[in-house]
Amino acid sequence: LFFSYFKDLVGREVTVELKNDLAIRGTLHSVDQYLNIKLENTRVVDQDKYPHMLSVRNCFIRGSVVRYVQLPPEGVDIELLHDATRREARGG
Amino acid sequence: MSWATPDDFLLSTSLATYLEKKVVVMLQDGRKLLGLLRSFDQFANVVLEGACERVIVSDIYCDVPLGLYVTRGENVVLIGELDLGKEELPHHMTSVSEADIRKAQKAEKDATDLKGTMRKRMEFLDFD
Repeated sequence: LFFSYFKDLVGREVTVELKNDLAIRGTLHSVDQYLNIKLENTRVVDQDKYPHMLSVRNCFIRGSVVRYVQLPPEGVDIELLHDATRREARGG
Repeated sequence: MSWATPDDFLLSTSLATYLEKKVVVMLQDGRKLLGLLRSFDQFANVVLEGACERVIVSDIYCDVPLGLYVTRGENVVLIGELDLGKEELPHHMTSVSEADIRKAQKAEKDATDLKGTMRKRMEFLDFD
């Protein structure tokens, strides 16, 4: 369910917060079945705290280290998600 | 994992686009390895050539050269493509020797550990 949801979000600007507290903003380039994420135009949210990422423009983030993916509010059709979840719960 | 066609590169999260490029690999224990990405697989196991570990403690840093490295995918947090045209480090940072950086690292770790235990003690008292 979420894999297809993320596929629809490709091209949007998101902020990914990782389990090590690093927050990265970028454009969602692609996602796969493990929810690994590839971001383009990467920039770290709090640049001074994490200086080692200054020249990183694109990055690959392993799905297992993602804590949250922050989405633009207009990008979310909550009713659609709600319905799809109900359908999955019934079918699964 | 079937081999990706050229069309798939536009949509897939394949690391093939980073092959032969300089990358930063961040590991779960907080280490950052820089190197040339030689190989990868579906678990994100990675082969880095000319790897060096960049240790950063506030204003100082140190590059520790490591050579050829094979990293197990489960420890990988992220892999970033380094843009060679851009500045890798803020200008105010200075390079120090490995011994110095290890000392500074240990000092930083001890400080955060101490903060953690003190906070736990405070939280305990708050519940009285």
